[in-house]
Amino acid sequence: MKTLGRVALYLALTLAALTFIYPFLWMASTTLKPPLEVGTLALVPDHMTLDNYRTMWARAPFGRALLNSALVATTITAAVLVFGSITAYAIARLRFRGRPALNAVTMAILLVPGQLTLIPLYTLIVQLGWIDTYAALIVPYLFNATAILMLRQFFLQIPQSLIDSARMDGMSELRILFTIFWPLSRPVLAIVAIFTFMGSWNEVLWPLLVVRDQHLMTLPQLLTVFALGGGAGTMGVSLASAMVLVVPVVVAYAFLQRYFIESMAGAGIKG
Amino acid sequence: MRAEERSGWLLAAPYSAFLATFALYPIAFALVLVFLKWDLVTAPAFAGLDNVRLLAVDGRFWQAVVTMFVFLSIHIPLQIVTALGLALALNRPLALRAFWRAAFFLPVVISGAVVAILWSNLYATDVGLINHLLARFGVRPVSWLTDPVTAMPAIAVMVTWKNVGFYVIIYLAGLQYVPRSCQEAIEIEGATAWQRFRYLTLPSLLPQTLLVVTLSTINGFQLFIEPYVMTGGGPLRRTYSLVLYLYTNAFGYQKMGYAATIGVALALIIGVVVVLQRRLIGTADAQ
Repeated sequence: MKTLGRVALYLALTLAALTFIYPFLWMASTTLKPPLEVGTLALVPDHMTLDNYRTMWARAPFGRALLNSALVATTITAAVLVFGSITAYAIARLRFRGRPALNAVTMAILLVPGQLTLIPLYTLIVQLGWIDTYAALIVPYLFNATAILMLRQFFLQIPQSLIDSARMDGMSELRILFTIFWPLSRPVLAIVAIFTFMGSWNEVLWPLLVVRDQHLMTLPQLLTVFALGGGAGTMGVSLASAMVLVVPVVVAYAFLQRYFIESMAGAGIKG
Repeated sequence: MRAEERSGWLLAAPYSAFLATFALYPIAFALVLVFLKWDLVTAPAFAGLDNVRLLAVDGRFWQAVVTMFVFLSIHIPLQIVTALGLALALNRPLALRAFWRAAFFLPVVISGAVVAILWSNLYATDVGLINHLLARFGVRPVSWLTDPVTAMPAIAVMVTWKNVGFYVIIYLAGLQYVPRSCQEAIEIEGATAWQRFRYLTLPSLLPQTLLVVTLSTINGFQLFIEPYVMTGGGPLRRTYSLVLYLYTNAFGYQKMGYAATIGVALALIIGVVVVLQRRLIGTADAQ
């Protein structure tokens, strides 16, 4: 009876896991099939072809979109780590008037739904003349309240004696942060880096608002526009364009899944 | 000024400037926009309460509100049941535990745009995977996304599938805190597996369930890319989400004031719904 229970459990788990993995395998295999084979259940195509990839690459600037996405996500992640640390260090370890207020506002900001600020933020970008610029995609994300609060939480646990003796040696606050705090904070920096990068990499609503020029579009935006505008034409081509976005993520996820789960689950709960 | 005071100000200054420009100003300006008529081309004009009045009688807005509640009433219960089920299955000595967890979490790391494109192909009537699988069991093809009855449930199932791994992690964390001693005691008393679940595990997971309800409500109200890609809000506006309606007003009709008004209304609705849910589940706890 006990063994039967275990067999049933593993059977159920396998079925569940397939529900989450199989659609992606089906997607990958569909992109390699010629039009006549699309829609068959077989995962291995009879006549493998790269035509779908050639077609989508020729019809829209996906290479450029890949570079745009990488540039935007990397810049935002670096900024959130550096500026976020500087801010968190000040809020956590420096006593100054206005600190409690800054802390309170940061927490309050997290309670405001994004839909409220979406349109005013968009009109601000229009008035700044930033429509169709990288600035529109990057600047509103340079700081991240969730990241600041996570870093602050971590920085609070580092002993004051380290700061005191470093100040005695004449180190500036920024040097203390980057030479003493950062090496001790690698786990939390990794967590912040992953959810920030993934959030930016996957974001689609904001780019849809502020970018119309195809050459400035990020990958999720371009493939949405491509699929909707009928540029894709067939299922194989449309899914092939989606693969460009998925493959780097899945490769990174395969190696770093523990960190991904900790990071993205943690950010979701705290944010 | 003390050195520490000065450094504090200096290091916090960029963030303060950012907060003022990209967080506080938009919040304040959202409330101003409610009273404006503005197409971004001509100068904004004061419109008094026109936007609010329009909102009160706008059938399309209220239909979108109803649509959101239809979506949430399918999505939230389904999300709780699937997440709890998978978490319970994972919360025992297992071979390959990390693998199963990673498999369930996979869709969480994938962009919503990709998931929407993938699932519109899975749901496709003629060549979709789902109808192909159903055909094996003799079920006739269902037009999932073009039938007004099935379109919203189909999207709700997809969103649940995408997010379930995230909520599994929340439940797994909660399961660590179900006291061992209680589990042993209740087992010695001769409780069945169902009784153990019903009277020990489920009540001790109430904080996690509350979190799942709150987060899936807040995330649910953001529904946009799924209908945008998969149905365009149709058929018969049955999948027209509030954010999609806001987007259309801003970018289809260039009505910034009215779009911002929808945003403010949406934020209020989310606030009220979340508070009500917490009250309701809180009283259930007290009984």
